[in-house]
Amino acid sequence: MFFLPSLYRHPEFAKGARELAPQALGIAAWGLMTGVAMVKSGMSVFECVVMTLLVFAGSSQLAAIPLIIAGAPAWVILATGFCVNLRFVVFSLHLRPYLIHLPLWRRLGHGYMTADVSYVLFIKRFALPGTSPQDRLAQEAYLAGNDGLNWFSWVTFSLIGITLANGIPPAWGLGFAGILCLLGILCSLASSRMRVLSGLVAGAAAVAAYALPLKLNIVVAIAAAVILCLTVERVRGVK
Amino acid sequence: MTDWMNGTDLWTLAVIVAMAAVTVVTRCFFLISNADWQLPLWAQRGLQYAPIAALSAVVIPEVVMQQGELISTLQDARLYAAVVGAAVYFWRRDVLQTIVLGMAVYLPLHLGWGW
Repeated sequence: MFFLPSLYRHPEFAKGARELAPQALGIAAWGLMTGVAMVKSGMSVFECVVMTLLVFAGSSQLAAIPLIIAGAPAWVILATGFCVNLRFVVFSLHLRPYLIHLPLWRRLGHGYMTADVSYVLFIKRFALPGTSPQDRLAQEAYLAGNDGLNWFSWVTFSLIGITLANGIPPAWGLGFAGILCLLGILCSLASSRMRVLSGLVAGAAAVAAYALPLKLNIVVAIAAAVILCLTVERVRGVK
Repeated sequence: MTDWMNGTDLWTLAVIVAMAAVTVVTRCFFLISNADWQLPLWAQRGLQYAPIAALSAVVIPEVVMQQGELISTLQDARLYAAVVGAAVYFWRRDVLQTIVLGMAVYLPLHLGWGW
């Protein structure tokens, strides 16, 4: 949404971009590595570029790679991506009062562009939704500047990663950096004992059910973990 | 066909386009309709647990399994890289450092010792 003059001419746009800048290095590194991991998975360069430009969701891209290699059916890949992305559903609920006054295409544009880091920075900067039209425009401009730089560093460095990856021998195992990245995000989500339980149950179930065809072990593991956690909540009244 | 198109197939492209649709639907889930409505409570609670479950279900087998079997050796670079990576995350709260230090453990063990 960085292409709208009413947003990029607003002083909050530059502020949003400036506040993202310290994070941009990390986003660039993550993009670079996702680019390398995509090529190393055996996808064609064209497929990697299309994935970078359209999907724009590092964790779901990285999670899809081992499944695509294993020849998992499309619905398992999509269901996995959906579950990995469910945190965004929570973000969209939080962002709703900030954006719901906008026309549909602008709501969808901002929603699509807002990934983890931008969401966190935006919510930190604006604890409450704007009440006047000026406040709302300022918030929208900040979000657009923040998202815009985030998108730019992600896409640029993913494309650089795709270009470089062809020169790196597969035996080096650089694709493992993608797994470490997912591991870092996984640890960042471990914010309560119940979530840790969910992760442990899912990990164990995914290993135990590994022999299932079509990578169904992933779906079984997610279902087992969520059902178990909801049951524990109900029995113990844990929050 | 040029080199960069090599190995492109329609099935993978269709999956990629559908993944993009998943990005839009999840990131815009509560922005699509401006009518007042709410998720049932159990679904709202379930949202708390599904993302970590999905990541764990993908990551753990990639660390502890080899060719469909649970590994039976401790001479595997992935184990040490993952343990160090997780420890670094909880110490520094930074995904980038998790990747860099995890790979700093992984590469020497993997390339040097062949683990």
